[in-house]
Amino acid sequence: MRTINWFKYSSPASFYPLAGKLIPYFTVLAVVLTAVGLYMGFFVAPTDYKQGEGYRIMFIHVPAAWMSMFIYLVMAVYAGAGLVFNTRLSSMMASALAPTGALFTFLALWTGSFWGKPMWGAWWVWDARLTSELILLFLYIGFMSLKAAIDDPRRAARASGLLAIIGAINIPIIYFSVQWWNTLHQGASISITSGTSMEATMLTTLLVMSFAFWMYAIAVVLARVRCEILEAEGDTEWVAAQLGKGQ
Amino acid sequence: MLTALWWVVVRDLTLAMRRRADVLTTLFFFVIVVSLFPLGVGPEMNTLRLMGPGVVWVAALLASMLSLGRLFSADYIDGSLEQMILTPRPLAVLVLGKVLSHWLVSGVPLVLMAPLLGVQYGLSAQALGVLVVSLLLGTPVLSLVGAVGAALTLGLRGGGVLVSLLVLPLYIPVLIFGAGSVEASVTGLGAQAHLSLLGAILVPALVFTPWATGWALRISME
Repeated sequence: MRTINWFKYSSPASFYPLAGKLIPYFTVLAVVLTAVGLYMGFFVAPTDYKQGEGYRIMFIHVPAAWMSMFIYLVMAVYAGAGLVFNTRLSSMMASALAPTGALFTFLALWTGSFWGKPMWGAWWVWDARLTSELILLFLYIGFMSLKAAIDDPRRAARASGLLAIIGAINIPIIYFSVQWWNTLHQGASISITSGTSMEATMLTTLLVMSFAFWMYAIAVVLARVRCEILEAEGDTEWVAAQLGKGQ
Repeated sequence: MLTALWWVVVRDLTLAMRRRADVLTTLFFFVIVVSLFPLGVGPEMNTLRLMGPGVVWVAALLASMLSLGRLFSADYIDGSLEQMILTPRPLAVLVLGKVLSHWLVSGVPLVLMAPLLGVQYGLSAQALGVLVVSLLLGTPVLSLVGAVGAALTLGLRGGGVLVSLLVLPLYIPVLIFGAGSVEASVTGLGAQAHLSLLGAILVPALVFTPWATGWALRISME
């Protein structure tokens, strides 16, 4: 039996072509899932008995909020791996994830305010979940600006990695904010222990949209990390060979 | 280890006493920011009483952030920070000593000045007491967490603005519970829950941030 040597792909030189091969698949998946999810969200999912048609923004809002937290955790794990194992690719992945995470955080806040206006009568309220999600956006911005401010790439990767790990403390605070504090933001409708309080098609649509966002995030991050690799390794032989092939 | 801690504190306090103007600048910044709000919002006493705790706390946040630049930069420039990293003593202990003296120099004056400023906002004696206790629990956290930011941005161009971007989001929980404790005591709910949470933030900050700061310093110095 042949075993795959996973560490092979921790080198930028071998990861670059792999990422290039994977991007089309994830892109196709993202496009298809988004199309299916949006169709189901607009036409298949039933009208909510309490919130009417307005709730349909949930199919963007909830996946975006999930992804914003999830990407931060993935980023922190990559940053930690970069610090511990001293692998360049981990730090590159962490910094490639940051803009996508910030985008999803912004999207969650933006759609949340569109949802909040008809339901709560306000674009913005200072409750625990909204505030902690806003802090998450600030953490992403802090991470990116620290990375951009340091000229030495090695120090930039390590310093921003440490910051990412410290900021990870915010993720459980966001997630549990609706349980710990008595907030205006509604609690989770889906839980692993007690099942869901949601209609089945709504749940399916939500999951389809989440996977769509997930695939989109992977495709974009792989494309971005390819650019990072090229920037960092621009003067090596393998880059010259890759680009010479007309890749 | 305790002697090392003691000597770092004594050294930094001596250095701070040689440059008294720096300490006073931070303190007067705090006083001026707090005094600006009644001028901007208007002298309506009921509004001010509501705003008072929050304004004092935000000003304390900004003042302690402004003084972060001095925490490591002088030692970084004259090379003594490098010597500290090279000593066999654990770096976290030396960092803790530096943070402690930073708090004594920039945090304690704010705590002492706060009741006077609270009177300007018409806070009751009880609320002033809670304000002082909350600042006493909260300002060490500001110095401890700020030290990580200061260490990460050591020697960078535009480090002052950058440190605010890194550190202020992490200050937000302290602000919420600090200002919240005073508000809770004004509205009669009792400040104990908020103060306990502030204490609960202080303890892990005391344990983990010197260690993270030491790591950040090593990253910045290599």
